Amino acid sequence: MLFVVVAVAFLGTGSTLYIRSDFYTAVDHPLVQPVPFSHQHHVAGLGLDCRYCHTDVETSPVAGLPPTEVCMTCHSQIWTNAAVLAPVRQSSASGLPIQWNQVNRVPDYVYFNHAIHVNKGVACVTCHGQVDRMPLMMRAHPMQMEWCLNCHRDPVPNLRPPADVFDPDWSAPSDIAALQTVLAAHEKIDPATMTDCYVCHR
Amino acid sequence: MAEARAATAKLVRGDPGYPEITGRIASIVLAGRLPRAFWLGFLAFFLLMLLFLFAIAYLVAVGVGKLGIDIPVAWGTMITNVVWWIGIGHAGTLISAVLLLFRQHWRNSINRFAEAMTLLAVAMAGLFPILHLGRPWFFYWLLPMPNTHMHWPQWRSPLVWDFAAIATYITVSLLFWYMGLIPDLAVLRDRAKSRGAQLFYGILALGWRGSAYHWKKHQTAYFLLAAIATPLVVSVHSVVSLDFAVGIVPGYHSTIFPPYFVAGALYSGFAMVLTIAIPLRSAFGLQDFITERHIENGARVMMASGMLVAYGYLSETFYDWYAGTPFDQYELVARALGPYAPCFWVMIACNVGVLQLLWFRRLRTSMVPLFIIAILINVGMWMERFVIVVTGPAQDFLPSSWNTATLTWLDFALLFGSLGTFFALMFLFIRILPAISIFEVAEEAHEEGSA
Amino acid sequence: MSVIDRGHDPRLRAALLGGRSPAFWRSLDELADTPAFRAFVDSEFPRLAGRFAAAPDRRAVLKLLAASLAMGGLTACTKADHILPYVDKPADVVPGKALHYATTLVVGGYGFGAVVESHEGRPTKIEGNPDHPASLGATDAIMQAACLSLYDPERSRLPLRDGQPSDWSAFLAGITTLRAELSARRGAGFALMTGPLTSLTQAWLVEQLRAAYPQMLVCIHDPLAATGADDALASLFGAPTRILPHFDKADVIVSLDDDLLGDGPGKLAHDRAFAARRIVRDGARTMARLYAMESTPTVTGATADHHWAVRASAVPAVAAALAARLGVGGGAPGAAAVPDAALDAIAADLRAAPGRALVTAGAHQPKEVHQLAQAMNAALGAFGTTVDYIASPEYRPAGAVDVVGLAERMGRGEVTTLLMLGVNPAYDAPGDLAFADALRKVPRTIHAGLYVDATAKAARWHVPAAHDLERWGDARAFDGTASIVQPLVRPLYGGHAAEEILSALLGRYNFTPLEIVREFWRTEGGLDDAAWAAAVQKGIVPDTAPPRILFDARPIVPAIAAQPPSGIDVRFVADPWLRGGEFANNAWLQELPRPLSKIVWGNPALLAPATAARLGVATGDVIAVASGNARVTLPVSVEPGHPEEVLTLTLGFGQKDTGAVGKDVGTDVYPLRAASSPWMLADVTVTRTGDRARVITTQHHQSMEGRDIVRSGTLAEYVADPDFAERPETPASDTLYPPWPYREEAWAMVIDQTACIGCMACVSACQAENNIPTVGADEVANGHEMHWLRIDRYYSGAVDRPAVDFQPVPCMQCEDAPCEVVCPVNATVHTHDGLNAQVYNRCVGTRYCSQNCPYKVRRFNFLEYQPYGEGSASPLAALMNPDVSVRSRGVMEKCTYCVQRIERARIDARIADQPIADGAITPACAQACPTQAIVFGDKNNTTSRVSRLKAQPLNYALLDDLNTRPRTTYLARLRNPNPALAQDTKETPNG
Repeated sequence: MLFVVVAVAFLGTGSTLYIRSDFYTAVDHPLVQPVPFSHQHHVAGLGLDCRYCHTDVETSPVAGLPPTEVCMTCHSQIWTNAAVLAPVRQSSASGLPIQWNQVNRVPDYVYFNHAIHVNKGVACVTCHGQVDRMPLMMRAHPMQMEWCLNCHRDPVPNLRPPADVFDPDWSAPSDIAALQTVLAAHEKIDPATMTDCYVCHR
Repeated sequence: MAEARAATAKLVRGDPGYPEITGRIASIVLAGRLPRAFWLGFLAFFLLMLLFLFAIAYLVAVGVGKLGIDIPVAWGTMITNVVWWIGIGHAGTLISAVLLLFRQHWRNSINRFAEAMTLLAVAMAGLFPILHLGRPWFFYWLLPMPNTHMHWPQWRSPLVWDFAAIATYITVSLLFWYMGLIPDLAVLRDRAKSRGAQLFYGILALGWRGSAYHWKKHQTAYFLLAAIATPLVVSVHSVVSLDFAVGIVPGYHSTIFPPYFVAGALYSGFAMVLTIAIPLRSAFGLQDFITERHIENGARVMMASGMLVAYGYLSETFYDWYAGTPFDQYELVARALGPYAPCFWVMIACNVGVLQLLWFRRLRTSMVPLFIIAILINVGMWMERFVIVVTGPAQDFLPSSWNTATLTWLDFALLFGSLGTFFALMFLFIRILPAISIFEVAEEAHEEGSA
Repeated sequence: MSVIDRGHDPRLRAALLGGRSPAFWRSLDELADTPAFRAFVDSEFPRLAGRFAAAPDRRAVLKLLAASLAMGGLTACTKADHILPYVDKPADVVPGKALHYATTLVVGGYGFGAVVESHEGRPTKIEGNPDHPASLGATDAIMQAACLSLYDPERSRLPLRDGQPSDWSAFLAGITTLRAELSARRGAGFALMTGPLTSLTQAWLVEQLRAAYPQMLVCIHDPLAATGADDALASLFGAPTRILPHFDKADVIVSLDDDLLGDGPGKLAHDRAFAARRIVRDGARTMARLYAMESTPTVTGATADHHWAVRASAVPAVAAALAARLGVGGGAPGAAAVPDAALDAIAADLRAAPGRALVTAGAHQPKEVHQLAQAMNAALGAFGTTVDYIASPEYRPAGAVDVVGLAERMGRGEVTTLLMLGVNPAYDAPGDLAFADALRKVPRTIHAGLYVDATAKAARWHVPAAHDLERWGDARAFDGTASIVQPLVRPLYGGHAAEEILSALLGRYNFTPLEIVREFWRTEGGLDDAAWAAAVQKGIVPDTAPPRILFDARPIVPAIAAQPPSGIDVRFVADPWLRGGEFANNAWLQELPRPLSKIVWGNPALLAPATAARLGVATGDVIAVASGNARVTLPVSVEPGHPEEVLTLTLGFGQKDTGAVGKDVGTDVYPLRAASSPWMLADVTVTRTGDRARVITTQHHQSMEGRDIVRSGTLAEYVADPDFAERPETPASDTLYPPWPYREEAWAMVIDQTACIGCMACVSACQAENNIPTVGADEVANGHEMHWLRIDRYYSGAVDRPAVDFQPVPCMQCEDAPCEVVCPVNATVHTHDGLNAQVYNRCVGTRYCSQNCPYKVRRFNFLEYQPYGEGSASPLAALMNPDVSVRSRGVMEKCTYCVQRIERARIDARIADQPIADGAITPACAQACPTQAIVFGDKNNTTSRVSRLKAQPLNYALLDDLNTRPRTTYLARLRNPNPALAQDTKETPNG
């Protein structure tokens, strides 16, 4: 009898911990990509704006991946013979897309909308982490429902001026807390309207 | 009453000494020489058990659409079976716990298998809510568990209370049953010849020595558990009935349901007790322990609870009329004359009609007729659950959506499969555990002897 | 905007598109082994890659191609573990945002303007084009189902020569030799058979053909053609003429067996116009009155204020009797079918409304009835006010014949080459022509069609045709307005437009349909590039409607010989969804309940209760209908309000040669049809076979059981007491739960039952928008149908002449929703704007919510109805609306007011920092509704349309005494019966 109780308790806590662990959520586990694209190099190094590649992030539900042509705007000029870029040149020549491995992914029944988040002052790095310090793209947050809900129930601490949304190393001003309350009021951000199921599930 | 009849019918016939009692009961298990009929019966039920397993696999693999249900009648035999099986469980708890507390000694020889019956019946009942689900693999979402959805069950829903009620019931029944078994397991351990049996029963006996100290603790625990189990007799089926009473569907939405369901539960439960006890006593020559008086008392309880159920029908009918809404009044007529009229009349015939035969003492005490009556009442009670579940939604508020549900092979396979499983396990129980409480019968004989 | 412009390997693309490469198949089989192709397959369907054999058989390749083309657009937003960016992104595509393109859908030869929603190149949803006269923004069920037909995996996929796979280039080679012969014989022996034609480009090409081959024969074949009206008007005007009724100007309308609301190329416009004169708001106290004589139950009769069931053969007598009372024609033969008192009252009513009265006659009625109708209209001063005439938009060259004439010539062996474009005469020609046999005698037969149907199998050559959403073209609306057919995708299955074949016959092989259509509109239509762009973008070519013809002829008044009806008549009707049978393989249409009978997946013979009793048959009994040596056996269905001694037989079913969806569904009744009188058959013999067959319907109980469900009244009652539909309200405080605060919007819907004509457009629109599966005949029979929105139909009054009420029932979105409190897992919850959200991915399927829903609007996935998902090779996966989850087995689903549209509008509004404008959100049902009976909006906004409607005295809530306080409410049905027929109106109950 006692044994059963102990076993149940052990399995319970074990599984509860496991599904929140990095092993399960793949946080901080970079994926191998056909091209070892480095956000660190392109963002921190070259100072490219997020929107240079992810063009539709302000208007569309999906941020969008850069078409091969965008890569080739530069790489038809520089590193034209780099081996690591072979897949890009191949894609451009053959017309077949590059097969990136998806890092940040939500299930099919979750309708995440990039546009509304960036327009209301939720920065890219808030969900995607410090991509400007990622030589290889990796997940910065578990992207589980409780993680989403934590912010949807109390969004204010995650806000910043919409102007600074795309700044990866933005340093919060001293009066950030006050600023955030003002922002929330100005952008009419009301948690009561953000926790309805259909906001994400339709 | 017990006193009045005590002279005429003793609970332990003849005057067997304790060794004899112990020996005769224990030998069923230890000698293991059971009549061929026993094994043939077991084989039959085991085949049904296999059918049950297949039906479950098919249901989960293909989907609940293969049952007879539809829109509007989205609940069918799965819910019917839950309610029916749980009801059957109740008799066991009543016999073992309530009668124990009330010192009704006549229970002693039938409580053991009544408890076993409870346990198995509730086990069957516990399966069907899960089989009922469209996505059974997510049944645990009804449990309040920490999860990454930040998402909890909805406490306003009776199904959640249901889940809790059934879980509680199965836990308490198990403990109570096992607590009662411990001394007898020790007996079997001591009388067992083979090493294997000694080990098996030894482990289960949890080192029972039969010392006065042990007995004292045991009795305290036993009575405590009885006290815990007693309210369940009322509460579990009341909660189950709320699944219906909370709904606004005509035929569901009725405040009479909790008491009426409890009465129905005891009714069907005792019918099942007799269905098992009568063959059992003749098959194993236990007439001395399960005497006519036990059987007759069972029949009397059936009469009492059965008349309560009949009253339930009456009041339901009255309030359907008295409610004055076209929906309830139509429901009243539809039950008796609508597409499910046959089920309704079978239910009335079995639960009210046949019951009246028990007014005759000769029928209460002659085994074959009583056995048949008990079976008919089991049928009638299943019909009652079915009628309640389907007739309401089949013809509810908007006539445009009226439709009937059918019964497919899967409905029958799951019902009779569960029956087969129930009895197959019952047989195994009789084979490996004492079907009659040794120590309590001995105790009984002692008291009567000294009386 | 084609999905193919995503810049896959050009060689691959060329091959996939069945491009002109001569060795198409060989090249494809090679291709299937190239790394390029494998990479393509891997990227498109990761899970398929394994399944893909090294040397794939043709079908596998075809499946993949279809899927790849259809799903191509998915790549940019695929949910598979690989994410695939565009290689070369088209300028106007924003992944994740839908684009909308105007085009034209052609049904029965006439154009219906449509606006098509396209996701990364996948057309997913059809809406009406507000600028198009035949649509006015509305759609019907057939238009809604066009997307399903587009992706239908069972469409014809490759040219067939004598049944063997061939290819387009071989076909063109055949055309070349054919041309040589034709020019040698000046076209003698060559016959071109097409459906009804309003396409100016195709007409232009045919004219060129006739110039090139003067001896050729043109046959216009339409199984649903009815010559009565044309003959009558031709006898008046001497030229093919079309009548344009203006229901918005008519106070009194008499329909002589004319289904003016449910049938014809102008029905959507007519519905809108009719509703405009029926809807009573605020101060208004008038509405139009409609009398209907009908030979089979129709939505027109159901909507009418008075309707009489008249066997079709008796309608001429009724028309003559009515005409006589209007001083048209001589002595009136008694019309037993309609009591004289009624005719007197109707005549008086008509006479009282000069210039505001209108008499219409059913297309299938004989010439005389139409002549009488015109004569009555003349007498009532209807011309120029409620009726206009235009030159017929249909192309009918001099000397053109119909299928009968063609069959004669074929019988005489005068036809050696027969080219059939988009027709299926082997199936739908009248039975007594035995056309299929005649076809086999023709040495050279060519067929182009969407399916490998009976004609395709009988023909020597078959070429897959392009779907309307895959081709360039044009068509004219019922009023003659021309519009452009614009493709949404390249042909998925290598189909070709009729224009290509016609121009090939003219010796111009490599013209794309675009080039051909563009050339016509440049040279003949006078559209420069700017005007062309505007026409394509707007969806109509402006100023192409022909001028009204001034009526100066004297109306002809024919004499009607009243023939006493004898025996049992057969009345043939086109199925409202499958029409003549061309849409038989469309599951949405097969499973969409017929407006009155609610029958799906079949076409039982409809008959009156009295007749059924006399014949001793009940619904489901199988009868044999025989006429001459033609015999058909089919089950019967007893229909209230059906004329006695008449069988209604529905065309379009029982095809042997079509996809698996439509094959052998129902019974083929064409064999009974006589070329001489295609719409009526007198004196057939009916016998019981003793068999039973199932008749599948979605509504099993027809009466309201005296419950307060559909509230209706007469205009008089409304004028006397505008609040007649009100009931004492149960106070909102009668609940344990606190009221919801609605700080932002409170979405609500109002459905006007006076405007609703039960046409089912809303139901099909809902299905298309919300990825609602079809479940098939057996599952519907099990009561497992999935439509979120249904239209209940109730009969009341006399069974031979019942009053009919329609009630569309979506989810009521109750304030105190019984479903919400009983769900154990919070899968159905109340939202801050008052919806009952349904969370599919949370649902475990206890079905408690449905049990507790008094409106039974919830639908359950009893089985796996939509097995395809990620990586599926089914082209149908591309049909899915990406904004709506595809529900799995064991999950409850329901209407949520198209919450995906609400969220889209809300996000756009919040990004723009604007409030959501009234009318910015239109649920699919409201958008499709031809009478605009459904209005959606914000209840908190007192100026919104929905708020104003809810303030109407006619507004009421369904089952309001349950105190569920629905957000969806109804406006009570108003009828406008003639007081002079008070006796008659007794039969139509009020309230």
